[in-house]
Amino acid sequence: MPDIRQGLRLFASFFKIGAFTFGGGYAMVPLIEREVCEKKRWLEKDDMLEIVAIAESTPGPIAINTATYVGTRVAGVTGAALATLGVVLPSFLIIFCLSFLLERFSDVRAVRYAFFGVRAGVLALVLKALVSMYKKCPKSVFAYIVMGLSFAVVTFLNVSAIWAVLAAAILGIAYSVLRARRAKT
Amino acid sequence: MIILELFLTFFKIGAFTFGGGYAMLPLVQDEVLRHGWLDEETLVNFIAVSESTPGPFAVNIATYVGKLTGGLPGAIASTAGVVLPSFVIILIVSHFVKKFRESKPVAGALTGLKAAVPGLVAAALVTMASAVLLPAGGAAALGSPSFYISLGIFALCAVLVFVKVTPILVILLAAALGVGAGFEFGL
Repeated sequence: MPDIRQGLRLFASFFKIGAFTFGGGYAMVPLIEREVCEKKRWLEKDDMLEIVAIAESTPGPIAINTATYVGTRVAGVTGAALATLGVVLPSFLIIFCLSFLLERFSDVRAVRYAFFGVRAGVLALVLKALVSMYKKCPKSVFAYIVMGLSFAVVTFLNVSAIWAVLAAAILGIAYSVLRARRAKT
Repeated sequence: MIILELFLTFFKIGAFTFGGGYAMLPLVQDEVLRHGWLDEETLVNFIAVSESTPGPFAVNIATYVGKLTGGLPGAIASTAGVVLPSFVIILIVSHFVKKFRESKPVAGALTGLKAAVPGLVAAALVTMASAVLLPAGGAAALGSPSFYISLGIFALCAVLVFVKVTPILVILLAAALGVGAGFEFGL
């Protein structure tokens, strides 16, 4: 049962990564790389580059995608399941326990005031995330139109974000077909 | 069946989010507010909690909403829901990596998706900002002391965030300012 033994090692590695990385998926990538490529030598750096590229272009959180992918490469479906469970479990346990505290102290005046301040701080964090997303996104007339449309339909027409995501994917496909055709003629 | 509802909703969120971090925020905000599982204020509070604890935002928020709405079974259902699409899709794609990477429809769809994400996050930020800065809503809230204090804390934090101060420090400072201002002005 080499898969199970290897799977358990994956579980331990990803549990550690899940328990000690603040800041979500992207912050995890360098840690995963160090653990998987340098310490354990399960994969090469080139494999890791490909894994991250795929994790970014498939739906779902980057951390989960990366864990599942590394897991399956190292030890098949068992590895994928155990690596994914490992990366999720610390979050799950911490938040589950913390939710009792949050409920318990949410009525304390000082806590209420603290969260009043914190909410304004969170706006700044999300603004920063938005700016870096914008910087990473391709700049073209098509991109600006999709960006503007998805903002507008959600904000002004109250359309569900899921419909906007679907529409953006379809528009993207249509645009690439159109461009390919124009390139031919 | 609230447990099934949680599972399906977070499954949907996991299946339709592209890109890491706050790319998930618009869908989470949309679904969670629509179902009435959290209000905007609690959601924003939780973003701060998630930034200050390890792990991906997606898992953190799924666990939290699940726990508040359906206890332990709810937490398990929504966390499993948000993880499952990733898991299944990666298992499938890993067998067709070359095809996937060279596929023109996939590349086309991704061009559209990458462009939509900042637009959707901007929309989520607008909703969030109006709830944080104008909790009472409308023009009356505009002149209130809490509006000016929030705006001041936001501006200061924005400067700190853009000079790359770590999020946890920013949150701690915002909390301290909130406590100070709260007692000083009796908000």
